[in-house]
Amino acid sequence: MYVAVKGGEAAIANAHRLLADRRRGDRTVPALRLDQVVEQLALGVDRVMSEGSLYDRELAALAIVQARGDMIEAIFLIRAYRTTLPRFGYTRPADTAAMLIERRVSATYKDLPGGQLLGPTFDYTHRLLDPELAAGGDVAEPMQRATEAEPMPRVSAILAREGLIEADGDMPGEHVPGDITREPLQFPMARDVRLQALSRGDEGFLLALGYSTQRGYARNHPFVGEVRVGEVELELDVPELPFAVPLGAIRVTECQMVNQFKGSAKAPPQFTRGYGLVFGQSERKAMAMALCDRALRASELGEDVVAAAQDEEFIISHSDNVQATGFVEHLKLPHYVDFQAELDLVRRMRAEHDARENHRTGDEKREAAE
Amino acid sequence: MRGQEAREQAGRKAAMATLAQSGGDELARLWNEAGLPLEAELLRGPETGLVTVRGRIGGGGAPFNVGEATVTRATVRLPSGQVGHSYALGRDRQKAKLAAIADALWQDPAHRDVVETRVIAPLRTVLAEAHEKRRAETAATKVDFFTMVRGED
Repeated sequence: MYVAVKGGEAAIANAHRLLADRRRGDRTVPALRLDQVVEQLALGVDRVMSEGSLYDRELAALAIVQARGDMIEAIFLIRAYRTTLPRFGYTRPADTAAMLIERRVSATYKDLPGGQLLGPTFDYTHRLLDPELAAGGDVAEPMQRATEAEPMPRVSAILAREGLIEADGDMPGEHVPGDITREPLQFPMARDVRLQALSRGDEGFLLALGYSTQRGYARNHPFVGEVRVGEVELELDVPELPFAVPLGAIRVTECQMVNQFKGSAKAPPQFTRGYGLVFGQSERKAMAMALCDRALRASELGEDVVAAAQDEEFIISHSDNVQATGFVEHLKLPHYVDFQAELDLVRRMRAEHDARENHRTGDEKREAAE
Repeated sequence: MRGQEAREQAGRKAAMATLAQSGGDELARLWNEAGLPLEAELLRGPETGLVTVRGRIGGGGAPFNVGEATVTRATVRLPSGQVGHSYALGRDRQKAKLAAIADALWQDPAHRDVVETRVIAPLRTVLAEAHEKRRAETAATKVDFFTMVRGED
């Protein structure tokens, strides 16, 4: 039973006013502009878009500023905002083979068509703090190299020619893609629904689970077949036009994980695959997603389910950081009545326990005396 | 006739793609410079909503939902009767209205050329240059492997 208690209105109003003050900080320091956040904290913006499950850079930047840089709070703000908007429809599936590539590497093929393009990466940096950034000096323009545009087929298409790798994941003919924003989660899930949940899942949680598979909990011998980052164009079918209307382009990161597989009763020895696709430039997230996708295919591939990373209900039920933070953080809200009831219960149990104990020690004393 | 209709649709779609990808300020500037009309009746919007972005499992397999994106759309009718539509990622309502007027004027044979040459073509040039720059910058980070010769012979 809930009992309503009123109070704290002035305290709450003043607390929020104080929050606004602390968010702004020292007034002699210039206030952050959203375009500064979009341009200079771009990967943080990408994370908020990916886990907030809403592609809009300015809104993600606003959320980060409003949340004082607390990423999960920012993601929460974005999720709340998106529920206020009408839905226009589902885009046609984006074609990642036609991506305007900004980075593309393969750990399995040195000489793949299109080559290895490092792009703007932290890889091979020495991870030494750079005092020049603190000083705010000029930054050199990037180098350019004139080349003919060449196709960059996905690495899976190259491997497929030998027949030693499974195909891109197909669903049964009449399958309509599930949508976790419309229907409640149901287990077991189809792979398409699982991928939607993973794509918005918490990066840290998926990273830890992906890492666990590498350390031997559901080991599946992964290779990065390919990671690519770049812009893909979107199109939407609308009733008022006789063609799919172009919407513009979004930046995504795609990871094709290739996994050795010794075969099972259900499938011959071959390379199997895990897939990751996330908003923005987020290779860690896309790779973690692909590792989890592959691990979660255990039942489909006839593997024993022995580790956390293979447990679909466990992972998908706990991967959403907005749900997780909501339930954990609600514990700090008033539970006065709940706790009062528990307190009464514990007092009563303690009294009964003490009475029993007194009775028993009384008996023992009498026995000793006799 | 069917061939001509298909070509016309392809041209209209290409113009809409350019408008969707371009910045609202750039579009407004070119629009003013070309002296194109702004009078139009708004039939719908400009309104912002969501589309659910789809990808494919493994890149080429079954579709799945990745997440949502903001989209702003508008529908206008010109005094001459043409109806134009616009859709674009983001929340720029001014751009949505202008792009819808551009689409409506594009369908009017008397205006198509001026829309194409004074608005769409310059926007397309800006986009092409930006793409080419991006591609050249990425290409400069391409790894050129070479084999180290080891040993005496």
